[in-house]
Amino acid sequence: MTSVFHHHADVAPLLIATPTSADIDAMYSATHWSLTDMPALLDPRVDLEWLAQTAHTHTVQRFGYTMQLFAPLYLSNLCYNQCTYCGFSMEHEYPRKTLSMAELQLELGVLHRQGFRHVLLLTGEAPGSVDADYIAEAVRLAKQTFDSVGVEVQPLSQPEYATLIQAGADSLTLYQETYHKDTYLNHHLRGKKRRYDWRLTAVESGCAAGFYRINVGALLGLYDWRYEALCLSAHLARLQHRYGSIQFGVSFPRIQGMFGEYTVDYPVSDADLVRLITAFRLVFPDIGITLSTREPAQLRDHLIPLGITTLSAASKTNPGGYSGQDTEVQFDISDARSVQAIDALLRSKGYCPVYTDWS
Amino acid sequence: MTTKLDSLIIADRTFQSRLLLGTGKFSSMASMRSALEGARTELVTVALRRVDLNQPQDDMLTVISPDQYCILPNTSGARNAEEAIRLAQLARATGVSNWIKLEVIPDARYLLPDGHETLKAADALVKDGFVVLPYIQADPLLAKQLEAVGCATVMPLASPIGSNQGVQTEAMLRIIIEQATVPVVVDAGLGKPSEAARVMELGADAVLVNTAIATAPDPEAYAMAFRLATQAGRLAYTSGMPRVGQIASASSPTTGTLTQFLHD
Repeated sequence: MTSVFHHHADVAPLLIATPTSADIDAMYSATHWSLTDMPALLDPRVDLEWLAQTAHTHTVQRFGYTMQLFAPLYLSNLCYNQCTYCGFSMEHEYPRKTLSMAELQLELGVLHRQGFRHVLLLTGEAPGSVDADYIAEAVRLAKQTFDSVGVEVQPLSQPEYATLIQAGADSLTLYQETYHKDTYLNHHLRGKKRRYDWRLTAVESGCAAGFYRINVGALLGLYDWRYEALCLSAHLARLQHRYGSIQFGVSFPRIQGMFGEYTVDYPVSDADLVRLITAFRLVFPDIGITLSTREPAQLRDHLIPLGITTLSAASKTNPGGYSGQDTEVQFDISDARSVQAIDALLRSKGYCPVYTDWS
Repeated sequence: MTTKLDSLIIADRTFQSRLLLGTGKFSSMASMRSALEGARTELVTVALRRVDLNQPQDDMLTVISPDQYCILPNTSGARNAEEAIRLAQLARATGVSNWIKLEVIPDARYLLPDGHETLKAADALVKDGFVVLPYIQADPLLAKQLEAVGCATVMPLASPIGSNQGVQTEAMLRIIIEQATVPVVVDAGLGKPSEAARVMELGADAVLVNTAIATAPDPEAYAMAFRLATQAGRLAYTSGMPRVGQIASASSPTTGTLTQFLHD
């Protein structure tokens, strides 16, 4: 499969763009913005406060004062990839855990009692044991009690994605990690994840298979965030153009602490994160933007009105974590507040928490 | 003199209000409740994806009591006829209503409805005993086709949903209104009360508003403004609109007094 996204042709014009002060000024007077405005919007000369207010207005118009809540649920931390930044990376020696369906039932029960009706199922990459059949079985079980079931798993083929959709999955999350190919290879040292193009085209296999919602993104910290943002925006624009019926979303995960030590090569500041979220909101007024518990509580509180449409809450990043199993996490979360606390916070900010937006 | 507002009749039901409300995007149930009161609406549409009609204790149903409002479930989220029909059947199975606001939207960006799939679903649903109110583009031919398969209304858009762009499809709305034998409810895109008045003056039978009210700083007041504008537009239409002239015409004509003077 060839991607609709032609990395060089699509991204080069954005990368070489050097916005003039007139280009910057033009941002303020525009009423809508397109992909070619992305370099200017990401330019530090564009006032962050203006970006924030404009992003807020556009988000409210499209999504209203509502915020979708969901919980991630890790099925397995077994993984045959070696990735420099990930707690599940195969060289870390600790007992690996893959949930049985009975254990998954317990996990789902905890989340359901907390009020969640949207769940995102995640795994490491362990073909043979955590394969499409296992994931489909997990989806079927989750779908019995949850309105919406998403998957964030290893890249699969179109028929395998179709199996997951048949089982009840409606959304796919697949981040490219980094769009910079050399950097990609420097961080994904062994295993199937080394295949950059397979990962990139898998998103389109998911589109073709018929997922209702698809989330793309880059893991921030591996390479220059502006480069990633320009690539991601070009990728997203291509996907939207080709697959108009799919509701796309993005997320801007920053690398967090995990098993062992890891130094972030390209740190992304809070202000950078705000610029990313708000610039994407202006260029893509219709996309979902997810904010996870990777980010600290105080920052999350401030980011909520700026373009975010979907929040995770009270998350565990280890298999069995909700039902009390002591297994290894993928990364450390920063915002450990309960669902009730997040619910109350949203209401205090004038937002209506939404647990069900699917049937 | 026509000073009384006439009633709106859809299928076998009569409504005093010609302002329908959507229930998405509100910041809280309290905000939605006050908007419903400000609008004095009788017909309220709810997305099946958001509300559990089987659960009377559902947040939304506690505010929109089926005793107080005519609840119009919608098929928001359906991308084709098959999905819309499935959602409609789920809605009817709850016993709340056999009315359905048919939305078939395969376009995730501009949320434009698919006329072909809408017609297919409408035909099947009418045959299955539903009262069907389809959301459509301002397409006069499609409106007639939907009418022919037995839809209770047609609901053409004024501009893309949620856009607050106002009446962008006026020329087509005029044709739809002129040709319709079922009520025409202008749905989507109305951002200001004056725009609701505008389409009511054209002869629309009702308007449906959601985003403009739900995201207004004071939803209750804005809903009231939309109610008054809808009534003003309706009264203007039913009482007869004066002709639009090409040249100025004094509101206190001098001709009568001049003729009298010359005669004397």
